[in-house]
Amino acid sequence: MSASIDALVNKEYAYGFVSDIDADTIPKGLSEDVVRLISAKKNEPSWLLEWRLKAYRRWQTMTEPHWANLTYTPVDYQNLRYYSAPKSVKPLQSLDDVDPDLLKVYDKLGISLNEQKRIAGVAVDAIFDSVSVGTTMKEELSKYGVIFCSFSEAVHNHPELVQRFLGSVVPYSDNFFAALNSAVFSDGSFCYVPKGVKCPIELSTYFRINAAETGQFERTLIVADEGASVSYLEGCTAPKRDENQLHAAVVEIIALDDSKVKYSTVQNWYAGDKNGVGGIYNFVTKRGKAMTNAKISWTQVETGSAITWKYPSVILQGDNSTGEFYSVAVVNNKQQADTGTKMIHVGKNTKSTIISKGISAGEGQNSYRGQVKVLPKAENARNYTQCDSMLVGNKCGAHTFPYIEVANNSATLEHEASTSKIGEDQIFYCKARGLSAENAISLIVSGFCKEVFKELPMEFALEAQQLLGITLEGSVG
Amino acid sequence: MSTYADAFAAGPSHGWLPELRKSAFDRFTALGFPTTRNEDWHFTSVTKIAERTFKPVKPGTCAVSQKAVERMAHGEADWHRLVFVNGRFERGLSHFAELPADVTVATLNEMLKESPEFVAERLGKLASFDAHPFTALNTAFTQDGVVIHVPRGVVVDAPIQIVHICDDKAAGGAVHPRLLVVAEAQSQFTIVESYLAVGTPSYFTNAVAEIEVGSGARVDHYKVQQESTEAFHVGTVQVTQARDSVYHSFSFASGAALSRTNVYTRLIGEGAEAKLNGLYLVDGTQHADHQTFVEHIAPKCASRELYKGVLDGTSHGVFNGKVYVDPLAQKTDGKQTNHALLLSEGSRVDTKPQLEIFADDVKCTHGATVGKLDQVGLFYMKSRGINAEAARTLLIYAFAAEVLETIELDGLRTQLEAAVFEQFVRTTPE
Repeated sequence: MSASIDALVNKEYAYGFVSDIDADTIPKGLSEDVVRLISAKKNEPSWLLEWRLKAYRRWQTMTEPHWANLTYTPVDYQNLRYYSAPKSVKPLQSLDDVDPDLLKVYDKLGISLNEQKRIAGVAVDAIFDSVSVGTTMKEELSKYGVIFCSFSEAVHNHPELVQRFLGSVVPYSDNFFAALNSAVFSDGSFCYVPKGVKCPIELSTYFRINAAETGQFERTLIVADEGASVSYLEGCTAPKRDENQLHAAVVEIIALDDSKVKYSTVQNWYAGDKNGVGGIYNFVTKRGKAMTNAKISWTQVETGSAITWKYPSVILQGDNSTGEFYSVAVVNNKQQADTGTKMIHVGKNTKSTIISKGISAGEGQNSYRGQVKVLPKAENARNYTQCDSMLVGNKCGAHTFPYIEVANNSATLEHEASTSKIGEDQIFYCKARGLSAENAISLIVSGFCKEVFKELPMEFALEAQQLLGITLEGSVG
Repeated sequence: MSTYADAFAAGPSHGWLPELRKSAFDRFTALGFPTTRNEDWHFTSVTKIAERTFKPVKPGTCAVSQKAVERMAHGEADWHRLVFVNGRFERGLSHFAELPADVTVATLNEMLKESPEFVAERLGKLASFDAHPFTALNTAFTQDGVVIHVPRGVVVDAPIQIVHICDDKAAGGAVHPRLLVVAEAQSQFTIVESYLAVGTPSYFTNAVAEIEVGSGARVDHYKVQQESTEAFHVGTVQVTQARDSVYHSFSFASGAALSRTNVYTRLIGEGAEAKLNGLYLVDGTQHADHQTFVEHIAPKCASRELYKGVLDGTSHGVFNGKVYVDPLAQKTDGKQTNHALLLSEGSRVDTKPQLEIFADDVKCTHGATVGKLDQVGLFYMKSRGINAEAARTLLIYAFAAEVLETIELDGLRTQLEAAVFEQFVRTTPE
């Protein structure tokens, strides 16, 4: 068994190239001046600079949280570069203005913007290091009144919307990483879907960290106005580097009355090599607020990053609102993930569903940490939670830390969790029918994760399954 | 804290004991009372214990009658019974049935006189106070307790019962009872611990039990906590289990203003089995917290857990069940279930089932639910002519019965079933 395990584990990270693109960076370190510099570089209005400074001052009083089931070398926040932009960025009218080198990078990543635009009908906002480089399908979207642009553009073109919603779900004081992000975020995506509009195409953001010793702090703000609906995809990669890179993003979703937001992530940041050298530290705060009859659904496939600290949450503020969380988290080699969700039931008749599938291989440590909280006024709240873990190999670990807090007796909550080994009899059965061990595992794992994959948009579901196959290659024989 | 130091200085001493007590007290001083920032105490604030000073209860004449003991204590005539009133052993109220040869059932103070080496070798060895302030406090202040030693292959048929009763004389004071149990290989016996009160005095019970279960041995351990509703109760049971041993714990809790019950077991021998069951019933402003921790250290061990809670009034229930599986503990089979029934609008429950698994060839599951009485079930019964109150009673009883059925002592089961009815039933069903 073990020989083929080893063979399979050693699969190389396919997205680990470095693109030699001229970048406009600032010196390392963090201070008020750096915050001012970032703000100035982005030509921001004073209210935003003030907000950043408040966040920075708050951040200085906070300490890095260590409650997660993670061990890693501490981040030296003064040894990071907080801004890096490809030099050739200028206001973009169309994709033709994008640096051809950049487009090549995206081609290499398999997300050709051109192709996506023409064939898949997916609007892509690509974030390279810190700056948004191109947004496709803008015209098509503007016909419907949908605003989909980089965060910086939104600050200039739609300040009233940004000012109204920024920090309304994740305040700058929320936690250590959210405060850091609020102080230094460089760009991100902004999306607004007006009243009653069903966004006709899937919106997508693509993130890539390229420059060395750079932190990426993007900020995404999605607002679905009353009765609107939108599906949003996010993908991430980074080059292979020996040092650890920091990624501290914030995503805020506001789903106003009767709206629907679906947010899907395929996270494939560089995970470090098999000895645990390098890789991305992924400290992300994602939260949505669902108003009356609104629905927010998070789907995530987490295959990358050396360290993952991520809890996409839903505040079920309005009556009859719904929150969903579907997650597949895979760790291999020395990867560690502490991920899960929070469902805060505030309104009446609120419903939440949590399906989490964790797969641990190699020496990976995978933790599910989730909170379901029913406040005293949340009549008839309903939650169903299922978290299953699969262990592949005997050096990995799977952990479950669910917090169930109920302060209203009309609530009905169910929580189930299981941990087991990948079925040897299942592998045997597949092999007896002519499948290789590798294909057998891939098949079994796909089956294990089916409930989550079926929530992903089609293109993503395929990519996710492939990624999963790659991540797990060689983990069983 | 300084008042604790005074009380400590005034405490009794027995040869080697002062050293252990001193280090326990120093540890407690260093740790202090846990706060809600401590993950293990996240949902339970012990401020009400910490802000008062509970000095060990002073000795005095016993006012509890034999009749009162018979009435309150669950148990039968042929059981061995040791009775402690306000922390002091009462020989007059106790009952020693005939025991097989070489079996020791004695008070801690007796054992300290007669075989101090036996106690010295074992006291404080299982229940480490390094990270547990309440265990440290007990070790520093314990005045008396019980030592049970059953040699290899001996089966004790009748249960050994330990009754702790507090009355008005305990008001404002603390009792720190200790239990030390050594079950040698292949031995079998049952322990019943009862914590009871006369009236509603406010005191603090801080109990610690250390139980060593030898290979192939079986220990059944029942704990009934029916303290005064004004009292505070913290009880810790620390068990280690050798090869093929069986430890069965049953915890019933319906008393105390604030209670915390810890049941920790370490499965260190292959093929050991732990069964941890519990039922708590709380009402008014009561707070009941249960924490279980099963450490699967050796391979092929099994653990089964079932905890249920019924909450009324504005009571608050907490359950934290941890299962740890060591990298070497392959073929572990762990199952944990936790259900809470919220009867009233103001009641609340926080539950945290937790799995930490480092071995791959394992089967571990946990399930937790929180809900109110099944409205469909109520409707069904009402439509068949059962009145609302009786239907409600039946449903609550049925919920609790699943745990009560695991009690293998008929007398105790019947008595606790009656206690369930008494607490939640407004009218007894026909």
